[in-house]
Amino acid sequence: MRTAIIDYGAGNTRSVSNALTRLGEPHTLTADPAVLGAAERVILPGVGAAASAMRGLAERGLTQWVRECEQPLLGICLGMQLLYEHSTEGDTPCLGLLPGRVTELPPGPQPVPHMGWNTLSTGEMVYFVHSYGCPVGPATVATGTYNGQTFSAIVRAGHRWGMQFHPEKSGPVGAELLSQFLQA
Amino acid sequence: MLRKRIIPCLDIKNGRTVKGTHFVDLRDAGDAVELAQQYRDAGADELVFLDITATHERRGTVADFAAEVGKVLDIPFTIGGGVKTVADAKAVLDAGADKVAVNSAAVARPELVTELAEALGRQAVVVSVDTREGGVYVRGGRERTDWDVIDWVEAVQAAGAGEILLTSIAADGTKAGFDLELYRAVRPRCRVPLIASGGAGTVADFVEVFAEDLADGGLAASIFHYGEVEIPDLKAALAAEGIAIRPV
Repeated sequence: MRTAIIDYGAGNTRSVSNALTRLGEPHTLTADPAVLGAAERVILPGVGAAASAMRGLAERGLTQWVRECEQPLLGICLGMQLLYEHSTEGDTPCLGLLPGRVTELPPGPQPVPHMGWNTLSTGEMVYFVHSYGCPVGPATVATGTYNGQTFSAIVRAGHRWGMQFHPEKSGPVGAELLSQFLQA
Repeated sequence: MLRKRIIPCLDIKNGRTVKGTHFVDLRDAGDAVELAQQYRDAGADELVFLDITATHERRGTVADFAAEVGKVLDIPFTIGGGVKTVADAKAVLDAGADKVAVNSAAVARPELVTELAEALGRQAVVVSVDTREGGVYVRGGRERTDWDVIDWVEAVQAAGAGEILLTSIAADGTKAGFDLELYRAVRPRCRVPLIASGGAGTVADFVEVFAEDLADGGLAASIFHYGEVEIPDLKAALAAEGIAIRPV
């Protein structure tokens, strides 16, 4: 199996799976470390709260597996936030694969959650749904801005990738970004 | 900059799209999944499906429907109708929907909104509010509740709503324009995304509601179903008025 989607009870796994099917990408949905280990690349989806998602990984004995996996790894939305050291959402220690803290988007003229189509610093228009944002750092490939706060929208550090928006729901643009990861 | 969303709404009965005027007088508008794809291709930013099937076995039906839609749709979609419990909502989201909309069930038991937000994240919880003359109505606009619309909008935000879909019953189906007075009154009290619904008849109606920043999205049904307003034309007109939209 080329791509494995981590099934840990906190993901919009079906949407990601549908997107991979549309791209013709063979994939499986699994929480089995052996199956994950055999995949060429791994996607960590995620919706909901950071604490329950980290608990979902821990309950399946996957926390350390994700930390140590050497295949290309893509965290989507909350899955990307989990790659950082800590989230202020529920004061949650996260995976610590990227430096910094995930913080709540500031209140401002625009409503929170940040929900809808917005542009990346690289020009693409994608669909966001989130209330927390990841810090900008050396891994940042593209940023987004909301209520005056700039956050990481695409990150890449070695084999680890993250997308704060939902590529699986971002039309042809999202499909293109997903296929870039699938070619990694 | 966040784009204003154009949201076609499909009322679903047994997998077919139907549209009523003032919540009655249903007309058939075609296969729902096919129509959904057409809207996606035309540049819709998001879709809302409201299931109006009257059946006791609805949960499975709605989840199956969401699964069919999710296979073809690469833009977000919301499913409403018949979601009464966390299990109902979870089935629909697990099938590939992004959000669930609750209406009567939230009025009957406001804790439902909190339960949904805790279980699914508030971004997945849309509270759909039907209003007329400042009151909140349930059961497809047939029954008035004790809630004042602004009190209710504030209450559901406090409970965990991630988005408000606010429909003017009086305007719905009239094609005389969105109920601007309603959104002027509610918008300052709404800290989550607000979707205007009911009354859109022309491109100018969308320009009006967005130019004043009264809503984050505009929802309409029959004008899109019957081709009275084409989404590419609508978006071109909005862009020409300086309103931030996602180009088709």
